[in-house]
Amino acid sequence: MSSDHESLLEDLLAGEHRALARVISKIENRSPGYRDLVSELYAHTGEADVIGITGSPGAGKSTLVDKLAETYRERGETVGIIAIDPSSPFTGGAVLGDRIRMGSTVGDMDVFVRSMSARGTLGGLSTATADAVKAMDAFGKDKVIIETVGAGQNEIDIVRTADTVTVLVPPGSGDAVQTLKAGILEIADVFVVNKADRDGADRTVRELRDMIQLGEGGGTGGAGGGGHHSQEVIDAHDDWDPEDDEDGDEDEGWTPPIVETVATKGEGVEAFIDALEDHQRYLVDSGTRAVMTRQRYAEEIRTLLREDVHAMLEDRLAAAGGVDELVEAVRKGETDPYTIAADVLAPVEECVDELELEDSVSEE
Amino acid sequence: MSTESEQQTIRCMVAKVGLDGHDRGAHVIARAFRDAGFEVIYSGLHKAPEEIVQAAVQEDVDVLGISILSGAHDTLIPKIMNGLEEYGAKEDTLVLAGGVIPEEDRAELREDGVAEIFGPGTSIEETVEFVRENAPKR
Repeated sequence: MSSDHESLLEDLLAGEHRALARVISKIENRSPGYRDLVSELYAHTGEADVIGITGSPGAGKSTLVDKLAETYRERGETVGIIAIDPSSPFTGGAVLGDRIRMGSTVGDMDVFVRSMSARGTLGGLSTATADAVKAMDAFGKDKVIIETVGAGQNEIDIVRTADTVTVLVPPGSGDAVQTLKAGILEIADVFVVNKADRDGADRTVRELRDMIQLGEGGGTGGAGGGGHHSQEVIDAHDDWDPEDDEDGDEDEGWTPPIVETVATKGEGVEAFIDALEDHQRYLVDSGTRAVMTRQRYAEEIRTLLREDVHAMLEDRLAAAGGVDELVEAVRKGETDPYTIAADVLAPVEECVDELELEDSVSEE
Repeated sequence: MSTESEQQTIRCMVAKVGLDGHDRGAHVIARAFRDAGFEVIYSGLHKAPEEIVQAAVQEDVDVLGISILSGAHDTLIPKIMNGLEEYGAKEDTLVLAGGVIPEEDRAELREDGVAEIFGPGTSIEETVEFVRENAPKR
């Protein structure tokens, strides 16, 4: 690691806000050497509770996050917030506006708000977000909150980096079918019906409750933690006690609670925090947290490998004269994408085969 | 690793400080910056200098554009500059001022570290170009 990065890391661990801000920039920019920096962060992480908050635009996420941060601060805990907004697919530009609605904690540096945008990379945002969470964790934040608009797969990846996922559902957001088809509901550990003082809030709560019960009874994995239970069992096979599982199967799962809030007035925030704490406790007691941590590391390793392979392929493509000529050849009907992919990759495959051959020879 | 591709994006904060309630110009600038491919953090109206400093430091912006129409620039902007200095952020933040700022006050603001002052009638292209050329390389 360069001496610049070393002193930056030292400053971050010493609690200097400027250093934390700069480290997150390096992560976002993928500045040369940022990976070494993040590697070093790992040793200092694991203390923070990571809370993800998602929901449709206008659901009141930022306002709720603001009140949540305020309440944590009153309890003497420090907070980091990562607010994610979309960026333009055309210019890469973005207006990051969530900060505006976070006024309760202004002037308090122990609430560290950082806005991030997608910057258009495939899967890159979830990696960058996870790394930024690590920076805040290592810095010593007790709670790290990730806020993102729930619009698609990318956002689901992001909130998955959190221990507890909250989905905000505004009143009157459609009938039961609407709620069922939106895939984002499946990842919720806690539901919040915000703007609970509005007409239709009761109905929304009722519909959510029906949906959760449906998911539980039907075993279709419709709602919450129950859905990924089987995967958990498989992944945790090394400490799986079949007898334990038999009598514990029914009451072991997590049923997402529904909390009603009026974020603008701070109503229901305490109940929301209780629900978050219940879930954290459940994660620890049921051993799910350990399983999740393992899954997350596995996913991080896979993502990094994918990114590296992707970059190597781009290099190969550049070495083969760039994509333009190849595209032109396809357009003229001289070849097709499948043939090109096979041709470009052939030398790589050969290399890998040779390596395997060498390995088996040296083993003998 | 050689395969890392750097993705530096210019980050700007467009700030309204003090009591003036007109933010049309700030909105226009924010949109223009966005369309130029920058990441823009808009502060919202009626912000205190400390709030602007806090946001600029946490967001690690390359550029801080302060829009002032109220005439309070000669008290508010120095406060922001001092705040940035306190966090060691004054050196590598490009600070711009815009709005109604009389000619006779400009020298002092420049001395304080404001890189450029854009008065009424400045073209958007000019501002974007200035940011592109002068945003700190990190």
